Amino acid sequence: MKKIGVAIVGPGNIGTDLLFKIRRSYFLDLKWVIGIQESEGIQIAKSHGIKTNITGLDPMLEDSEVKIVFDATSAAPHIANAPLYKAAGKIAIDLTPAAVGPYVVPSVNIDKLTEEPNINMVTCGGQATVPIVYAVHRAAGAEYAEIVACIASKSAGPGTRQNIDEFTQTTANAICKVGGAKKGKAIIVLNPAEPPIIMTNTIYVKVEKPDYQAIEKSVLEMVKQVGSYVPGYRLRVPPLLQNDVVTVIVEVEGKGDFLPKYSGNLDIMNCAALAAGERLAAAMSGQRGL
Amino acid sequence: MQKINIVDTTLRDGSHAVSHQFTVEQVKNVAAGLDQAGMDYIEISHGDGLSGSSQNYGWALCSDQDRLRGAAEVIKNASLTVLLIPGIGTIEDLEMAKENGAKAARVATHVTEADIAEQHIKFSKKLGLTTFGFLMMSHMESKAKILEQAKLLESYGSDVVYMADSAGAMIPEEVREKIAELTKNLHVPVGFHAHNNLGLGIANALAAVDAGATYLDGSLRGLGAGAGNAQTEVLIGVLEKYNQPTNIDFYKIVDAAEDILAPIATRPQIIDKSALMLGYAGVYSSFLIHTERAAKRFNLDPRDILVELGKRKMVGGQEDMIIDVAYNLFQQKQTEQ
Repeated sequence: MKKIGVAIVGPGNIGTDLLFKIRRSYFLDLKWVIGIQESEGIQIAKSHGIKTNITGLDPMLEDSEVKIVFDATSAAPHIANAPLYKAAGKIAIDLTPAAVGPYVVPSVNIDKLTEEPNINMVTCGGQATVPIVYAVHRAAGAEYAEIVACIASKSAGPGTRQNIDEFTQTTANAICKVGGAKKGKAIIVLNPAEPPIIMTNTIYVKVEKPDYQAIEKSVLEMVKQVGSYVPGYRLRVPPLLQNDVVTVIVEVEGKGDFLPKYSGNLDIMNCAALAAGERLAAAMSGQRGL
Repeated sequence: MQKINIVDTTLRDGSHAVSHQFTVEQVKNVAAGLDQAGMDYIEISHGDGLSGSSQNYGWALCSDQDRLRGAAEVIKNASLTVLLIPGIGTIEDLEMAKENGAKAARVATHVTEADIAEQHIKFSKKLGLTTFGFLMMSHMESKAKILEQAKLLESYGSDVVYMADSAGAMIPEEVREKIAELTKNLHVPVGFHAHNNLGLGIANALAAVDAGATYLDGSLRGLGAGAGNAQTEVLIGVLEKYNQPTNIDFYKIVDAAEDILAPIATRPQIIDKSALMLGYAGVYSSFLIHTERAAKRFNLDPRDILVELGKRKMVGGQEDMIIDVAYNLFQQKQTEQ
């Protein structure tokens, strides 16, 4: 299969880590990295022979080889950029909280979103927990789902810190819209322990039919599926059922491409974005699945 | 002489001790008793703050809104106060609290994470609420770190900055030293929130006063997470003997504790082995009842769970990790057998 051309806009920590991941992809060809200033990310892109620009999107938008844009800027720039990507006929994978388009969690709903011009990667907590909520839901019906994400203080950037409500609200929305729960709640805790802890996620689901075997089978399958695109995604506590409440705990260790390994929260966003991009690329090439 | 301001948290921290099962009627009765005794601030929220009602922290019997509304009907002079922990509650909860009569809000973060409260403190100020910044688990950090974080809270507009010994793990000398660092370097008043896990709730409150704190927390009968808080009515009596005036009538507050609160407390507020371990191992006091439940569920000694939580340096809000630790210990035991 011919690789599909892609671009990264916003080569900060996330964007630069994503650069390394895309460089390993068999399906995506990183053509451009667009920043707003000379930076480590731009330097790294140049050193890999990738075209860069720090004075605007235009050269990338005009490049017809670029079909997919990964936007790792922040909410306001993405809102400004989204119509430009669309006008240039490029699909946007939005890693910011802007959520111009629908939420995507690759293991749950990417197949339904291959025609969308803009998809949003939810939050790190959403990528880690929504698959489990969905897995429990498809097996037992989710009345209510609640998640607790704990990340190392060092891996929470200023964007997250200045608007932590955005995390709880967006994740809770995705638990319902993508995970299928009737009601959702999300909690985030930052832990400053040294050495930094890896991301842990606890998922509680109040179910309609507490069929343990069906729930266990569905969750284990899902953990495997997420693990296929997030290498550090692991089950810590397999489904526990008490009355009608299922508890599952998963952890996410980062791959350590550009970001430290404890930043599983950042890694999973990029892994999920890459998986989404590869699925879209396959759809463009007229192929099914990967 | 400057009076010591008292924040009574029977109806917030004390909520842990009744597994968040306060009725609106009980809330009204306690709030009325506190108000009549001259209490300055009456804090009412789920134990884990607004929107704390959850699978992770325990479901409350009544909504935050209903409890606040009920209390607002009976409070004449005190400031109705709420607690919000960013990451659990959101600024919408502050709006709700304001609409239902709150006059003050306390925004609490782990001692190293003050910057996640900027959004909420500024919003609370904009709503016109008296706003407290509140640093939890202060036993875990140095006085320099606590000051750095307290200054952030001050810079966001906090009217008062609190240091909380959430694990009840501090001794008076440590409280004195850390509070002195704050009172010396901050422009806003400083407060202290004690837990009694090592039997030092009142002693630590006095140490804070010695170091210049002018706000203290207490709860009737000490009702609170772990072994509870500094016991409000005791604190008032002791402060009188300490020549530190408050606005509170000693007899009336004693009566409120005895006649209103005592009959509705559901478990003895004592330093039992698990509560003692919280203070000894430096574990968040709210973990107590959750740990007892997990110990029963997995047939373990609650002390083993608490010690492991302490080792892992779990912070407030990580109640879910109690299950993680208990499950792990359970697995280990199975393998050994």
